[in-house]
Amino acid sequence: MELADILASLFPGGHEVAVTDNLIAGSGIINAIKVHVIGIAGQSPLGCEGALILAGHVLEITRKGSAAPILVLIDSSSQQMSRRDELLGLSECLAHLAKTLLLAEVRGHRTIGLLYGGSAAGAFIATALATGTLVALPGAHPAVMDLPSMARVTKLPIEVLKAKAEKTPVFAPGLENLAQTGAIHSVWNPDQSLAEQFLALLAEQTGGDARDRLGEGRGGRPKAASIAERVEKEASHA
Amino acid sequence: MTFENSWYEAGARQRVAALLDPGSFAEFIGPEQREISPHLAIFDLPEQFDDGIIVGHGTLEGRRILVAAQEGRFMGGAFGEVHGAKLTGLLRAAPSLGEPVLILFDTGGVRLQEANAGEIAIAEIMRALVEARMAGVQVVGLIGGRAGCYGGGSLVAGCCSALIVSEQGRISVSGPEVIETNKGVEEFDSRDRALVWRTMGGKHRYLIGGADAFADDDVLAFREAALIVLAGNGRLDADVLEAEQQRLERRLHRFGKAHDAVDIWTDLGVSEPTEIPGLATDEFLRRITETANGAR
Repeated sequence: MELADILASLFPGGHEVAVTDNLIAGSGIINAIKVHVIGIAGQSPLGCEGALILAGHVLEITRKGSAAPILVLIDSSSQQMSRRDELLGLSECLAHLAKTLLLAEVRGHRTIGLLYGGSAAGAFIATALATGTLVALPGAHPAVMDLPSMARVTKLPIEVLKAKAEKTPVFAPGLENLAQTGAIHSVWNPDQSLAEQFLALLAEQTGGDARDRLGEGRGGRPKAASIAERVEKEASHA
Repeated sequence: MTFENSWYEAGARQRVAALLDPGSFAEFIGPEQREISPHLAIFDLPEQFDDGIIVGHGTLEGRRILVAAQEGRFMGGAFGEVHGAKLTGLLRAAPSLGEPVLILFDTGGVRLQEANAGEIAIAEIMRALVEARMAGVQVVGLIGGRAGCYGGGSLVAGCCSALIVSEQGRISVSGPEVIETNKGVEEFDSRDRALVWRTMGGKHRYLIGGADAFADDDVLAFREAALIVLAGNGRLDADVLEAEQQRLERRLHRFGKAHDAVDIWTDLGVSEPTEIPGLATDEFLRRITETANGAR
């Protein structure tokens, strides 16, 4: 789905969401509920400036004191891969964005990510994966890293990686593979009202990070939930 | 500094033993339980019984702390499913215990052979870390190992209350080889080691305020720095994040047009900035006139 269609389906009564330099910001109203919107459009990379602009929006929302939900729309590539961004401390800027989203949640805002295109690596971690609930639309295509970079880092030929990607969900890019690990709560139906699907999600109770249990149930991460629980238990009894 | 005390040369278990009070460390899910990665066999890669990270508790000058140490010599210290879950569990335990957490980073980032599980593990760790800090728990990162602190590891480090680095402590999201593969050798020549160190290394990070303390490459120097940093406060709240926003915006405004780290060091008033990479710790610290700069 295109961004304009997504916004139209989310906010049938209109919205004030604008895209500036591929960064999304604004708000809309669904059934008398105000919803803040931020995000990345156009499969663009996230660098220092973009991360701080988005973090600034989130801080401004939390400053207002309401508990309005925040919707994070994502169609990005990876973090900005450049000498300049690393020189300036990209890791701090991306972590800061994630921290602001986590703060907003603690202050009572539901944070909901909607992955409608691509996303990868640091950009994905700092946005979509820092929301309380992440949903996706069919056709979304998240990845941890592109295959050429993976080949360089793992020192495996790209043909070998491609062959393994076809039969190894835990390593291969793609929405279905990532959903198996518990990262994606659910995939929305583009043929039904997104506003209604958003309201249904808002009505669900949240509490704690359930992604590892979800991944265990879906078979994508057989050990994470039980290992984390055992460490927590051993620490508490030490 | 002697070779046998080098933080860079030491393994994860040696670092923990040297950092904590002698004999105080007790491990959670130790290697005898053989909780190996369920995914590495697909790639015909050997597993390790601790999956490249040790987590546990001990004391530092008598004070109880939680500690995690990555083993950079196993799969580059990368975050896989089990590796990540051990750190997540430790951070989830911290708020109710009210004990500070030390994370000894030594990582290339997400373990690509189990990329999806590793990526989501990073997100779970960041959430547990931030929630611990919001509950008042201090989480301190120590960075000076062979693998540096790259990729998702650098984002976890970015969530910590404070970071202690040595010169060897490289912090960066994209590694040199990844930038070169994607953007070409003109953007970043990964074989230019001097470029790597001055763009991503511990001295640069300390100079721009990306790290709070600079330590010699020595396990006892890291211990001393940890004691000083732990005397501070690592709480995370709205005021801290507002200050962090301003701190980072000021940095981009001031240094955004710099081409090289040396330009930034010059702007910071460091005398003879081109000599920085070669300086011993004492002399390096003497050259600094402006130390940045709080928040986190």
